[in-house]
Amino acid sequence: MNAARVGVITFPGSLDDRDAARAVRLAGAEAVSLWHADHDLRGVDAVILPGGFSYGDYLRAGAISRFAPLMEELVPAARAGLPVLGICNGFQVLCESHLLPGALLPNAGLHFVCRDQRLRIDNADTAWTAEYTEGQEVVIPVKNRDGRYVADERTLAELEDEGRVVARYLDLNPNGSLNDIAGICNEAGNVVGLMPHPEHAVESLTGPSTDGLGFFTSLVKAGLSRAGVR
Amino acid sequence: MARVVVDVMLKPEILDPQGQAIARKLPQMGFEGVTEVRQGKRFELELAGPADEAALERVRQIAGTLLANPVIETFEVRVLDE
Repeated sequence: MNAARVGVITFPGSLDDRDAARAVRLAGAEAVSLWHADHDLRGVDAVILPGGFSYGDYLRAGAISRFAPLMEELVPAARAGLPVLGICNGFQVLCESHLLPGALLPNAGLHFVCRDQRLRIDNADTAWTAEYTEGQEVVIPVKNRDGRYVADERTLAELEDEGRVVARYLDLNPNGSLNDIAGICNEAGNVVGLMPHPEHAVESLTGPSTDGLGFFTSLVKAGLSRAGVR
Repeated sequence: MARVVVDVMLKPEILDPQGQAIARKLPQMGFEGVTEVRQGKRFELELAGPADEAALERVRQIAGTLLANPVIETFEVRVLDE
């Protein structure tokens, strides 16, 4: 069985695409570079939108990336079930694209926050969290300026009722996110947005833990292979 | 040629910490009597043709898809006097 091929999109201003690709390889999958200006998903089995400041965060974080040519391919593929993980800036792009509800606004404290953050995995049924158990606590770095998750009351209630809050901040809320939300998923569970950076917690040499690796091995556990979903 | 203004504001229920920081500064500067500040964005669009209804509808599409995120923001479109 061939390893799953996981695409990592590079936008102008992406910072963590290489780290994400490295995490994919450490998880035993093949990382495939995708370029924002192409109309080609290169037949990948899953896609990661990495952290960074795509298009300089001009206008709003993710607002311009949403209209990148590759997004015209990604949005229908994600709606059809392709596993997609947006990390930090990638989460912002997924919200701006309306693949995920709500939006991410400047941190309530107005400071860029960079810390090792304790989180609780509240949904271990998504394509990206199957490796965890529900309620599992992990430590994963968070580093953002626009990480405050907001949504209207009805959307928040839906997310809570349907168990679509994937991860929640513990100890302290670094950005004023409503309901301490660190990550959410779409109704089908194939699209996940996460503000903290699991790709920075995959090796003990460079991260506070290896707790983030599960986001990347979950795909493998879910039996995703080239013969798998597509 | 016409100039059209699009004002974008956070919805009232959305916390605006930047506006709050500005409001907190005012009394320190000696400006009393301001109870709240909300920070928004103003865009000025120069149109190639007249600001007729078709052009304004295009501007509203631009505002609703790119300039503002309707999930968190509202916008107003108006034509600047020549």
